[in-house]
Parts: sequence; structure tokens; C-alpha cells
Amino acid sequence: MKKNTFEEYLISREKLELLRFITCGSVDDGKSTLIGRMLNDINSIRKDELEALRAISKKSGTQKGNIDYALLLDGLTSEQEQGITIDVAYKYFSTEKRKFIVADTPGHEEYTRNMVTGSSVADLAVILIDVNKGISKQTLRHTNVCNFMGIKKIILAVNKMDLINYDMNTFLNIEKHYLSICKNLKFEAIQTIPVSAINGENISSKSKNMSWYKGPSIIDHLEKINISQNIENQFFLPIQLVNRPTSNFRGFSGLIASGNINKNEEIFVLPSGSKAKVKSILIGDKVKNNASFNENITLTLNKEISVSRGDLILSNINDVYVANQFEANIVWLSKDTGYVGREYILKLSTQTTAANITFIKYELDIENNKKLASKKATINNFYVVNLKTIKTIWFKKFHQNKTLGSFLLIDQLSNETVAGGTINHNLTRSTNLVYQNFLINKETRRIKNKHKSKVFWLTGLSGSGKSTIANFFEQFLHQKGVNSYILDGDNIRQGLNNDLGFTDEDRIENIRRVGEVAKLFVDAGIVTIVSFISPFKKDREMARRLFSTDEFVEVYVNTSLEVCEKRDVKGLYQKARAGLIPNFTGINSKYDIPSNPEITIDTEKKNLEEIIDLLYNYIK
Amino acid sequence: MSYLKYLEAESIHIIREVVSETENPVMLYSIGKDSSVMLHLAKKAFYPGKIPFKILHVDTGWKFQEMYKFRDMVAKELSLDLIIYKNKSGFKNNINPFTFETSYYTKMMKTEALKQALKEGNFNAAFIGARRDEEKSRAKERIFSFRNSNHQWDYKNQRLELWNLFNTRINKNESIRIYPLSNWTELDIWEYIFRENIKVVPLYFSKSRRVVKRKDSIILIDDDRFVFQKGEKIEYDNIRFRTLGCYPLTSAVKSLSSNVKEIILEILSHENSERNGRLIDHDNPSSMEKKKIEGYF
Repeated sequence: MKKNTFEEYLISREKLELLRFITCGSVDDGKSTLIGRMLNDINSIRKDELEALRAISKKSGTQKGNIDYALLLDGLTSEQEQGITIDVAYKYFSTEKRKFIVADTPGHEEYTRNMVTGSSVADLAVILIDVNKGISKQTLRHTNVCNFMGIKKIILAVNKMDLINYDMNTFLNIEKHYLSICKNLKFEAIQTIPVSAINGENISSKSKNMSWYKGPSIIDHLEKINISQNIENQFFLPIQLVNRPTSNFRGFSGLIASGNINKNEEIFVLPSGSKAKVKSILIGDKVKNNASFNENITLTLNKEISVSRGDLILSNINDVYVANQFEANIVWLSKDTGYVGREYILKLSTQTTAANITFIKYELDIENNKKLASKKATINNFYVVNLKTIKTIWFKKFHQNKTLGSFLLIDQLSNETVAGGTINHNLTRSTNLVYQNFLINKETRRIKNKHKSKVFWLTGLSGSGKSTIANFFEQFLHQKGVNSYILDGDNIRQGLNNDLGFTDEDRIENIRRVGEVAKLFVDAGIVTIVSFISPFKKDREMARRLFSTDEFVEVYVNTSLEVCEKRDVKGLYQKARAGLIPNFTGINSKYDIPSNPEITIDTEKKNLEEIIDLLYNYIK
Repeated sequence: MSYLKYLEAESIHIIREVVSETENPVMLYSIGKDSSVMLHLAKKAFYPGKIPFKILHVDTGWKFQEMYKFRDMVAKELSLDLIIYKNKSGFKNNINPFTFETSYYTKMMKTEALKQALKEGNFNAAFIGARRDEEKSRAKERIFSFRNSNHQWDYKNQRLELWNLFNTRINKNESIRIYPLSNWTELDIWEYIFRENIKVVPLYFSKSRRVVKRKDSIILIDDDRFVFQKGEKIEYDNIRFRTLGCYPLTSAVKSLSSNVKEIILEILSHENSERNGRLIDHDNPSSMEKKKIEGYF
């Protein structure tokens, strides 16, 4: 710092903008050297850090005892031992012109999840390649991940120029090739820079050996590139929490996703559609007349309307989609395979709802720019899919609004984040905010029938006695004058589901369809008996969530595998044991025992009358 | 938007998100400058309401006297719901930094005490004011750091963190450490303290104090429990602290900076990083990572 007065210093800091960027590439391309050089050239490595770095470079470095900059960022023991980057490292530095947060991300495919994490909050990416290798599959992977995560600015650093005698034509060919690759991507600015990281050429100052290059050095470019984000100006405030410390203060808090808001302005609240005026704006403990993008505010309104977490305050009600189906790009990041129809938790801004993938349009092979057919989602791969949420949600296209267009998919049982996604467009027309209410509904039908309508979901191994129980129960209901219907696994598979097999993905779809059909029957006022093996807990839970709490009765028909196999009414176990039936539940496909069913029937101990009694209790 | 506003907005967003989505969060309060900033941000996040969670101070019994005084003053001023937790068996056995190995002392009086406190209070989400620029393994940690039932950090299996969306769902027996100040640097903290006029422990400011020089460290003689090593003599020197912890384990720096403004100017000209004053990080080069894997902050 120049010896200005402290006040001048503070003013200059006040104006300082923050640029967050990532670096991608591998150690072999010279990535660590590049970062080390950058930090070193702008005096960002402290004395004790440098000493520690010298010591550890001697011990476990790869630079023949000289400073090994890789060790500056690879802070985990196993990273230093293996000479690889496992997870994102963040480093903080500033120049007189800008403040920077750099996320150093691992380059290898195996660590895509970590690169995705680092790139999601970056404004710019420095993609590094070795001029001798040119553009590799890894470069394509990095470029596509950046594009996917919404990064708009790229620096392609072409390293090791010293090894090819600073040849201009080699550089220009690579540049041309790279620009053609990026033609169909959504980048706003691409700067290609020839560098020699090891000699510090075109890193913080221009290289004399490459006078043919007229562009900026890396630091120069990082300091000057326009980073004012292309944010739309419509006002959106996703409500994070309701602040109600006393009975006379009711504030709605959140981070402004875009646009700005003034005191006394008229706003709408979704999903209710209510209208009100802004009474006051608080930023922290200060009262303000207006607030804008990325400020954390608390609003109060001029009248009492219902607002809760997950609602959206906006100035124009038509600025946003309100729907339950959309097309999205997703990146799958879990070892657990993702299936069409399986239910996940979707988190989009402050909204949380159950959702499922209804269709995988294709897998995007990002290393070869090809579209592949796919029926399931596997780790580190990218897909274009249709999604359906259980609740209607508000959202925007990702490229219009990052906050309103990006989401996570979370596994219901493990709570792992399994995928990240960005919305391309909605699939249904924006629904009216109020659902169409028909005059004759479930309640009126129930009154006419003089009985409740529910679903009894019978689950258990093949041959456990589900069909027998269903059959007797229905006869009993029939005599009592109760309207009923059996949805039986074998029967449905011959009609509605005759396109489905027995793979995991088809079983999930099988259950999803039966759940939806059962829901219609319950809506029609009918006691519905579902008799399906339904081996997976996740899918039974998915079916359960289609109903209100007292409408779904899970019945676990508990008959041991030995007994089922001994009975073997249809001769299926024998065939399965002989290897003639793949994916047979209990033999070579698993059955999740229900952990909390409403009814458990031990068929080896109870007789049919007792069982019918147990079931009937639920609709009396 | 200036970077301090950006950092403030990010931190408040994180704090509010945790309060909205977890059942029983707690904020760890170490009395240091980072904790003071974190507390200030929490106050802002819920204004005009009160901070809606408990504040936990894990007390080793060996903090500086001025820290205790400051803690009690802040607790009163902000009417904090403050829990002071001590590892009882550790106290009974007089585990102290003079006669026990530093690593054992830290494990018992800090790591174990923290685990016990979280368990007793049934807290499964804890805010901590640590920053990524403090140390290499911290630079690798997510803002939301999940710990297993033994509070251990599995760095190979960190949860994804995309955009500003946080998956806060906690499995049974799991807990989360949340670092709202992840992206702040030492300089950012001081500039924010300056701009927001936040009170900090006076030990951060230079004064002539009674010290002992031990190897490369300057140790303050804070009370009469101090154990002198052979040949050590009491000196008076103008010193201040860059970080605060247990007084026998925290080295001061020679400095004449006696207010926030001077500290900022001092940092700008600093040659050494901040954790240089922390004796517990110097056991060996990867000691912090090891402590984290065992369940440290």
C-alpha cells in the first residue's frame, strides 16, 4: 500500500469489488505452479507460510527440493502424499484494483463433485492446458462443467509456451479450436492467454518472449474484466424466515435474488397471490428507503397477509413460472443410481418439496459432445431431464435468474445431495394460482357412499398371501355394502404396465403408476386394495406421500421366505432358484422390510377372520 | 456491491438458513474477534428480534482474565442466553497446559469438552467463527461441515455445496459445524470491526504488559498459576495479540498498534500469517487436520 492516509485507504477499499474465480487443470499442466506464481508475484504469500512451504517442499515436494507450489494449496496429508488435489482449496488475496477468492478445484473426473462445488459460486474460470497436449477430453469436461454451473467468463491459459519456443501459430491454432468448441455454450467472454507459469510470463506482467501477443496478462485481465453480473431487474425476494419477535412486528426476511425494492411499493406474494405495500425495509438494524440485489433484508407490509418460508415476494406477478413440471439439466453426483419415478427432495431457493424425474431425455457426454440414450442417472454424468414436483413451485429459467433457476436433489433416506440442477424451461403452462375445484369431490362422494375411502397397500414376498387376503377382504367389504377394488400386481402388469419389466427402474415406475391409479380410486370414494410385492421402501414411501395421513394403510404381509418358497403356488421360486428368473424378490433382488407399517400380518400365526377384522377396523 | 457487504450478506444468509432449517442450533463463542463479528452478524440477522439460539462458551479455565471479563460484559449487554461449559473430569484431574502435553490438554479441555457440551445440550448444529484463510486444512472445508456420531470430519466425503443452496438435512447421530465466516480474511474482520464499531477484547490492542520470552514466543503472565521455566525472567514489553486462546498457549506479537485503525495498517505490512501465534498448531505440519478428524472445531 502506498502511504496514503487511512481515510483514503478506507475509501479505496469501499470501492473494491470481489471477483470469485476457479482454476481447473491438472498438476501436470502446471496448475499449482500457475497459482503459486500468481500469489507470489502479487506478494500474497506470507513469510511463515513461505518458510513452511520451503520445508515441506524439501520433504515431499516434486521439484527436486525447490519450492513446490502444489503444496501451498494441497493442504490435506493425503493430497501431499499422493501429489493430487482431492478437494477444493480456497485462497484469498487482493490487489489495489480488486479482491479475489480463488477456488482451486481438482481436475480429475472422479472429483467432478468437488469441481462442481467450487465452480458454482465463481464468476470466472481459469482453464489451464499444456500447449504440448492441446485441448484434451479433460479440457472439454472442465469447459462444460463451467458452462453448466453458469460461469460466463473464461480464461484459457495455454501453458508451457517456453517449451515450444513461444510459437505463435501453435497458440493460435489452439485458440481457434477452443473458440469453435465454445460456440454453442453460453459464455459471454473468452480470453485466451499464452503463458509460461514456471518463468512467470504473462502471469502478472507481459512476456517479452511473446511480443506477438497483444492481450492482457492473467492478473491484468482478472483486475479489469467487467464483472457486473447480467442480473435481470425484476424484484424477487424468496422468503427465508418470518421474524416475529413481538405481536406488533412481523417482518419477512430473505436475500434479494434480483432487482430492487422501494418503500411504499406494491408487491405480490406467491403462492397466495395476495397484494400489499411495503411498509418498511430493514437492512440489519438500519431502516432504509430502498434495497437491491444481494442484500439481506427484512420487510414489513402495510396489511396482515399470510407469508411463510418458501413464499416469494415480487413486484410483478407475471415475472415467474408457477408450475410443477419443468425441463432441467442435472449433474448426478451420488454413487447411488438415480431412477425415473423415484422420489427425491427438491430444494430450490427457500422452497422444499418432493419431486421425481419423469423422463430422461438424454445423457450429455461432455467429453465428446454427444447425446446418449439413457434410462438412469449415474455418478459424474450430465443429463437433460423432465422433473415433476409434488407441490406447485415458483421458478425461472436458470440463465435468467441463477437463484430462482437452480436446485438440489436430495435422497430421502440418506439425506445425501445426489444431484444439482438448472432449469431450462417449464413444461406445463403456468397453472392458475388456485386449483380448479370441482363441485363434486372426494368428500361429497364419501357422504353418498356412507363410508371412508382409503388405500390398503399390501406388501410382501411373492406367495406371502397378499392376493388371498385381498380377495377375502373384498368379499367381506362387498357384503357390507362398501365400494371396493383390487389393484393386483399380476393383473396390472398385463394391462396398464405391460411395457414394464423387472429391472430396478421399471419396478419403480410400476409402483409409481399404481400409486397414482390408487389415488384416483380413493378420490372416487372407493376402498382400494393394492396387492403388490413393492419391495423397495423408498417407493412405498413415494406412494404413501400421494395420500393424506389417514388415507394410506401399509399392510406388511409377513410370511418368511422359507414358507413362501415351500408354498410356491406359481412355481416361481423353483424357477428363480434354477436361475431362470432374474431379479426375483427374495432370491436375487432385495426386499426392504417395512419399518413402520400400520398393520403387520403374521400369516403363519393368524387366521383369515382375524386378519379381515384387523383391516376392517381401519374403515369402520 | 463492496466486498464487505458481500461477505456480510453471505454470512447472514447462512445464519438465517440454519435457524430456519435445523431444530436446535447453538453458536460457539470463543470471545475472540471472529466470534465478536459472528455475534454481531447474528444480531443483525434477526433484528429487531433477539438472537434465537443459545451461545456456548467452552471454557478450559485458562483463558485470559480480560477475556472472561469481556465475555460477561457482552452477555449482559446483548442479554445472551449463554452456556459456559467445562469438562468436569478434566478440571477434577487438573489437566492444565503447564504440566500436560499440549495435544493432550487440547484434546481433553477443548475437543472433548465441546463434544460433551453438544451432547448435553442436544445441539446438532453449531456455528463456529473459523475462517478458511487461517489454516490449510480449513481452506478445504465446506461451510457446512458434517460430522459423524463421534464428531469426526471425513474430508473424503464432504457434502456438495452448490450455489448458495445448502442441504441442511442431518442424519440421526450426525451433527453439523457451520462456518458463516468461511470466506472472511483477517483483514476483512478488522475492517468490518472498524466500520461497524464492534467491541473486542482489549488484549488485541498494544500496551506494556508483563511477559516471558520463550523460544520464539512471547507469553503473558496472566495470573499466579504461571509456571516459569528455568532461567526465564519477567519482562515488560509493548505487545498485543493477533489471536486469543488459552493464555499459556498463545503468543503475543510485539506491536505498538493501540487501536483498530493501527491494527489494520499493521496487518497490511505483516510478514507472518495470523496462526503463527498459535502454539497448538505447531505440533507438526498437519496437526490441525488431525485434530479436525478427531472432532476439533
